[in-house]
Amino acid sequence: MIPAPFEYVRAGSLDEACRVLAEAEEAGEDVKVLAGGQSLLPLLRLRLAYLSALVDVGRLAELRGVEDRGDHVFVGALTTHDEVLRSEVVRELVPLLALATATVADPAVRHRGTFGGSLAHADPAGDLPAVALALDCVFVVRSDEGEREIPASDFFVDYLESALEPGEVLVGVRVPKLGPGWGFHYEKFHRTAQSWATVGVAAAVRLGEGVVEEARIALTNMGPTPVRARAVETALRGVPLGSSDGERLRQVCDLADEGASPPADLHGDPAYRRHLARVLTRRAVVTAGA
Amino acid sequence: MTEQLDAGLVAERIAESDQLSAPSGDREIGRARRRKEDARLVTGRTTWTDNIQLPGMLYVTFLRSPMAHARITRVDTSAARARPGVVAALSGRDLADEQGSLPCAWPVTEDIVIPDHPPMAVEEVRYVGEAVACVVATDRYAAADALEEIEVDYEPLEAVVDMTEALTEGSPKVHETGNRAFTWRFAQGDVGAAFRDAPIVVERDYVQQRLIPTAMEPRAVVATTDGDSFTLYSATQIPHVLRVMLAMTTGIPEHRLRVVAPDVGGGFGSKLQVTAEEVLALLLTRRIGRPVKWTESRSEGNLTVHHGRDQLQRIRLAAERDGRLRAVQVELLADMGAYLMLVTPGVPLLGAFMYNGIYKMDAYDFTCTGVFTTKMPTDAYRGAGRPEATFAIERAMDELAHELGLDPVEVRRRNWIAHEEFPYTTVCGLTYDSGNYEAATDRALDLFGYDTLREEQARRRAEGDPIQLGIGVSTFTEMCGLAPSRVLGSLSYGAGGWEHASVRVLPTGKVEVVTGTSPHGQGHETAWSQIASDALGVPFEDVSVLHGDTAISHKGMDTYGSRSLVVGGIAVLSACEKVKDRARELAAHMLEASAEDVEFADGSFRVRGTSQGRTIQEVALAAFAAHDLPDGVEPGLDAETTFDPDNFSFPHGTHLCAVEVDTETGGTTIRSYVAVDDVGAVVNPLIVEGQVHGGIAQGIGQALFEEAIYDAEGNLLTTTMADYLVPTALDLPEFVTDRTETPATSNPLGVKGVGEAGTIASTPAVVNAVVDALRPYGVRDVRMPCTPERVWRAINSGTSGASGVSEASEGSHGSGAPQSSQGSRASEGFEGGGR
Repeated sequence: MIPAPFEYVRAGSLDEACRVLAEAEEAGEDVKVLAGGQSLLPLLRLRLAYLSALVDVGRLAELRGVEDRGDHVFVGALTTHDEVLRSEVVRELVPLLALATATVADPAVRHRGTFGGSLAHADPAGDLPAVALALDCVFVVRSDEGEREIPASDFFVDYLESALEPGEVLVGVRVPKLGPGWGFHYEKFHRTAQSWATVGVAAAVRLGEGVVEEARIALTNMGPTPVRARAVETALRGVPLGSSDGERLRQVCDLADEGASPPADLHGDPAYRRHLARVLTRRAVVTAGA
Repeated sequence: MTEQLDAGLVAERIAESDQLSAPSGDREIGRARRRKEDARLVTGRTTWTDNIQLPGMLYVTFLRSPMAHARITRVDTSAARARPGVVAALSGRDLADEQGSLPCAWPVTEDIVIPDHPPMAVEEVRYVGEAVACVVATDRYAAADALEEIEVDYEPLEAVVDMTEALTEGSPKVHETGNRAFTWRFAQGDVGAAFRDAPIVVERDYVQQRLIPTAMEPRAVVATTDGDSFTLYSATQIPHVLRVMLAMTTGIPEHRLRVVAPDVGGGFGSKLQVTAEEVLALLLTRRIGRPVKWTESRSEGNLTVHHGRDQLQRIRLAAERDGRLRAVQVELLADMGAYLMLVTPGVPLLGAFMYNGIYKMDAYDFTCTGVFTTKMPTDAYRGAGRPEATFAIERAMDELAHELGLDPVEVRRRNWIAHEEFPYTTVCGLTYDSGNYEAATDRALDLFGYDTLREEQARRRAEGDPIQLGIGVSTFTEMCGLAPSRVLGSLSYGAGGWEHASVRVLPTGKVEVVTGTSPHGQGHETAWSQIASDALGVPFEDVSVLHGDTAISHKGMDTYGSRSLVVGGIAVLSACEKVKDRARELAAHMLEASAEDVEFADGSFRVRGTSQGRTIQEVALAAFAAHDLPDGVEPGLDAETTFDPDNFSFPHGTHLCAVEVDTETGGTTIRSYVAVDDVGAVVNPLIVEGQVHGGIAQGIGQALFEEAIYDAEGNLLTTTMADYLVPTALDLPEFVTDRTETPATSNPLGVKGVGEAGTIASTPAVVNAVVDALRPYGVRDVRMPCTPERVWRAINSGTSGASGVSEASEGSHGSGAPQSSQGSRASEGFEGGGR
């Protein structure tokens, strides 16, 4: 559990971090940004990854904090999971984020691990990517050449691969408030309290007179990236919740795994994961609509 | 999901169990003392092996085989040696002449095959993780980096991962001698007759999956020498056994070798071993002349700490129509892994006399074949043999009840040994000294609310509730307190089972107890202090307990097999009695009375019928000064005892588990768990409670969560704790525990072992509950661990959940054993049980 040698740079400012990253890119070096280290350091310690340098942004206060910005909440990339959980703004205005964050690992990890680090790591088994996808979050990133925005639908490229270019740092994420009438739930199925989701479902549902008017559903660990379950979103429109007609909801939610390509691992094969996605989507929708 | 057991009720029940243990008078024994060692252990203000820093210390890292089976054709360490900070880089070839072979102390049969087991592979590797080279460097980082510079060429050989296939003609061989290590058989009574016309036969196959012990403290070793004598510090359970074995293995004379087990953070059997790393650390310090340290990482440990269980079990019961047992027959295949380590072949034998459980029957037949595979060797893991036995009989008793349409508790009642029948000699020839299965079971049923839960279960079944309720029963006993030396000898074990203690009252009246047991988390310092305090009439605080260093405690057999209290604790008591006898003689002299007239109470010797007396502290000072000792009396107040027990210890109990199974996801949640254990008299109820809680958690781990999985090429897939799932408090319910106290008659304290009881009892209780929940779906078994995926598949196929893509396919039984007349077989055949 000893990583291979690497250079370590503690950035004093975001500009400095960007500059160091740009220089490293120019030199063809393999550099990564270090935030809470809860995902990256295990990879290094197990020697599953070899890097020439780490740029530690951990002390950059400018990347930290939660802010209500009218139609969205801006969450700084360095905000820890614990800070997200304790934020009144998050709990009141973007509760799906709080619901999902509460299921992340354990208190020790939540105190060190960061919101942005978890998203930039782009692990489809992480809980937050599905939330970002379901809510159509916007990722704000900075490099030596300036700032740009990446919609969540473009951010998750492949397994552990995001749309961040070498030299770019995730500054924060705009989390849209969906407005009145929406209910939320994150349904996570995992084998122990501290293990990753076998499958997770992030759901936002807007009801009108007991009938679904609009739904946003995204799935955790159902493919190399988080998966937006568009088919079930469309089919849910007009479906009554909480009535005696549970069969219709069941049929609709059987579309949940459409377009997913779930992995096979020790905790479930693809067929089981597809089944779980359907069951958990139904439960998530019912709870979100309750 | 539904309501949990009410927290107030839990507190009330815990309070009730406290009352049971209320001490009588001022006695220490029976008092729920907080453990005196805990402050230093939990704050880390102590010496763990990895904390030890010696001047000039070097650090060792091992290069481990990535191949399950291969011939080593070349090892080049030159590039590693050239790196900064590197003092040595060595291959197995470099050490071949001095490294010897790791010992196996339990040759269970005359014809057992014990292959040569070099601590570092020389010619061939036989499991992933086997050490092939090492780097010794001035710091851990230099060592880890240099390791990557070592080049090894392998010529791949075929992996052997499935026990059944390993025994087939034409299987690749792990060792030239073949893949069968031994076959051991034990039979009593006429089993053939019992089965021939039996009205009911139940036959089932069960898989004891491979487990990784996962002690909290990883293994660590420090070795040092002054050029003449050697000291080995190791996170071990067995400093005394280790010293003898290392002296035999390395050629370092025993009197020049000191072994120290500093504070050790758990073992569960995994540190009951003579490891390659311990031997190699000694060889390296001998070769280099400087202290060396090695500490494993968790992933390295998952690969190379000996594994536990891994057996394929076939159990057959012959019974009457009323459920009374006639006979039990057991066939086992036990995966040895690639080599036989310290007690590898003996583990199944520790279960061989236990498949009859607490039940009466006329005949018994047990056969076990040990099989070599290209996997990490197996060896003792909490319970060692007895959890496997208890699982098989308790699962099979539930199946028998189901076949007969009887309640599973009732079928047990009809078979168990009645309270008035003790002492009872079982079909296996063991004499259970005491027990009261009725009392423990009645208490458990009451605490559990058994009838109410059965009603709820019926209701949910009738309503087709997607959350089904299952109730599991486990009535267990076990043989522990290892062990009478004569019995061990009759089983070909390489040592005895006695234990040593010495007790000295210092000039100031304080007491030192030196024990040959080697605590690694159990709380011996507290419990031994309580025993000595009562025996000598000194305050609890005035007792210190010394252990874990062969230079301090010269004689001992260490800690495993729930032996410390029932063997080592009795040795402490006996040494205290000897001290008291010596003190009485001196006190009589001081009081000018005859020893017969001197009585001892509350720490003072008094002449009977007078107020004249001397405290034991006064006597100790007089014994130290030695100014006026009777003729023939030696100065000082000390004594020692080596105690060899006559019998094993037989704790028992009834565990009941209620689970809720989500039939849509396959997820299992434990709703309530009641354990009523009878461990005889209790020295410290708090320690007993801790052992029971931890044991239950570990048994639940086997039932629901844990499995070491190798792929077809022999790669371990569960090298991290993200893949090898160990439950935490978050995954477990509140346990409701209680005790009945039926004192052991085999020792003066009336105590029985408790260290393994919870683990032995809980696994079948949980799996019985899962299967019980799924009976309406036609499910008769779910292979352990009962993962959500397996449960879901079982529900959807009405079998054992074994038909999944990643599972072994169904196999047919090829050994020609008769098919069961009643019980249908679990879907997973004996042949198909591999992984």
